[in-house]
Amino acid sequence: MQAADILLAATGISKHFGGLAALTDVSISVRRGEIFGLIGPNGAGKTTLFNVLTGLYAADAGELAFDGQTITGSKPHRVARQGIARTFQNIRLFGGMTALENVMVGRHVRTRTGVLGAVLRTRGAAAEERAITRRARELLDYCGLAARAGTLARDLPYGDQRRLEIARALATEPKLLALDEPAAGMNATETATLRKLLERILAGGVALLLIEHDMKLVMGLSHRVAVLDYGEKIAEGEPAAVQRDPKVIAAYLGGTVV
Amino acid sequence: MNATQTRWRWLLWVAVALLLLAAPFLIEATLGRAWVRIADVALLFIMLALGLNIVVGFAGLLDLGYIAFFAVGAYCYALLASPQLAIHWPFLVLLPLGAMVAAVFGILLGAPTLRLRGDYLAIVTLGFGEIIRVLLNNLNRPVNITNGPQGITLIDPLQIGGFSLAQTHSFAGLTFTALHSYYFVFLACAVVSIIISRRLEDSRIGRAWVAIREDELAAASMGINTRNMKLLAFAMGATFGGVAGGLFASFQGFISPESFHLIDSIMVLCMVVLGGMGNVAGVVLGAVLLTALPEALRYIGPLQQRWFGEVFIDPSDLRMLLFGLALVLMMLFRPSGIWPARRRTAENVTERMTEKRHASG
Ligand SMILES: Nc1ncnc2c1ncn2[C@@H]1O[C@H](COP(=O)(O)OP(=O)(O)OP(=O)(O)O)[C@@H](O)[C@H]1O
Ligand SMILES: [Mg+2]
Repeated sequence: MQAADILLAATGISKHFGGLAALTDVSISVRRGEIFGLIGPNGAGKTTLFNVLTGLYAADAGELAFDGQTITGSKPHRVARQGIARTFQNIRLFGGMTALENVMVGRHVRTRTGVLGAVLRTRGAAAEERAITRRARELLDYCGLAARAGTLARDLPYGDQRRLEIARALATEPKLLALDEPAAGMNATETATLRKLLERILAGGVALLLIEHDMKLVMGLSHRVAVLDYGEKIAEGEPAAVQRDPKVIAAYLGGTVV
Repeated sequence: MNATQTRWRWLLWVAVALLLLAAPFLIEATLGRAWVRIADVALLFIMLALGLNIVVGFAGLLDLGYIAFFAVGAYCYALLASPQLAIHWPFLVLLPLGAMVAAVFGILLGAPTLRLRGDYLAIVTLGFGEIIRVLLNNLNRPVNITNGPQGITLIDPLQIGGFSLAQTHSFAGLTFTALHSYYFVFLACAVVSIIISRRLEDSRIGRAWVAIREDELAAASMGINTRNMKLLAFAMGATFGGVAGGLFASFQGFISPESFHLIDSIMVLCMVVLGGMGNVAGVVLGAVLLTALPEALRYIGPLQQRWFGEVFIDPSDLRMLLFGLALVLMMLFRPSGIWPARRRTAENVTERMTEKRHASG
């Protein structure tokens, strides 16, 4: 494996909440063009790791490097600019904005019109605004939400809200898309559609970091998987190998991980 | 939109424009000169309410000290165009200057409050508003700058070339008193404020503000520099207030700290909330209604006198009573305002449902 292949490298990440060690010395690395699965029982620290990666939490210890640059301690908007976009486990759309507007907000970081341009409606500003709208519509279409453009985000059915979060994240032109339980609450049909969407996104050259409790989905999609338990990484490797790992099976209370 | 619709739309706009231009003369002929003054004041309040709407309506930052920026603009104008400091700069310099000074004050207020939201932000901004008023009240010792509670008098009226708005002019058979001339200047400023508000709203900047209002953390994760955007909202809102303040000072010819009380901040906030937070048209409506209604209620006193021979309810008591009642009724029946923002219409109906769904997600 060459260093240039590594898109995201998190090394020795620790994070405490008071006396609780949510993450202890966790290291993962995501390669370009791969789907990296992150699994573990409830409360294992998966979401916390996402929050550290995207700058919402500052890690107590550890280093973050993304695309050859160090992003340790970077603010969330800087991380987004660098090329990591995310979705949230407990959906966080802009509820009072339409689906289209939600995706348009995602374009913010890749556009530049300022107050003066907007107020004077300069030719450049008008052209950029049209480009934002066009791109946002394309992305809605891409995620199967074309018919929902004018609906307020909070009025969308649950599955659509999850996909809208993906469309909004894609609008920031990420190199890495971090998805926190994208299939949660979806039925089998919706999950199948989601799976196709994720495969298409991967084919488009975006690497995926995927937290998911749906084992069939995450094991089927991921090239590699890491398992967290009580804030520690207890296993990492190809899905088939990880599934047979006794430590992993024990972590899931002796249940089967299939 | 087809050609006929476009044409009708044009005709509508032309009609509205003509009506607005004729308004001061129509108002004077029907309601009397006092109402021309009320129309002038309403236009100033439109500017103020639109400015506060950027902060509260778009960005969702509850500001209870907004009138401070109005005060800053007014004092900036008054100090540099009156005998107080014996300076008489032209208003074409003073209005932009007032806007800039107010913007700086906006950032001064915004910077320390960036981490605050909701109630806490409201309390700090309330304090800021009071600090400005108390400062203006006390900056007369040891060096007399603001003339303290006595205020500043003999403020220069607006003057465009040799045309002083304070004098009465005749033109095309119409008499333009100061009230009429100011009406047209204020109308132009209000229209510009509306255009600026609408264009900002439909821009990358406006969407970033609304995104922050809706979910600040998600907005930051989408790459929005929430600190800068919030400061920008405070600065833009303050700019509107600063310009309106300068116009107010020249219009009145006299200002004192008493014109800039907490109750005035709350009044402007009510205009924003009552009309329809975040919706420019609604905010304009709110400003007009809340300027005109209290004035209209003044007539209740004489009416009681005429009908019953004595005054049972003092008009100013009635004003507060009706005002309170109106707000309570609004909360109950139209919580998103009389003319709500399209984005907010469905909010209250679905809010609880959505929250439930989220909680289970
Ligand atoms: N902001 C916080 N403050 C205090 N404790 C927190 C905070 N965020 C997470 N925790 C705790 O850290 C631990 C890890 O939580 P985290 O949300 O990362 O788990 P998870 O692996 O995402 O679980 P799930 O599968 O249920 O989403 C939990 O014990 C949680 O209660
Ligand atoms: Mg989680």
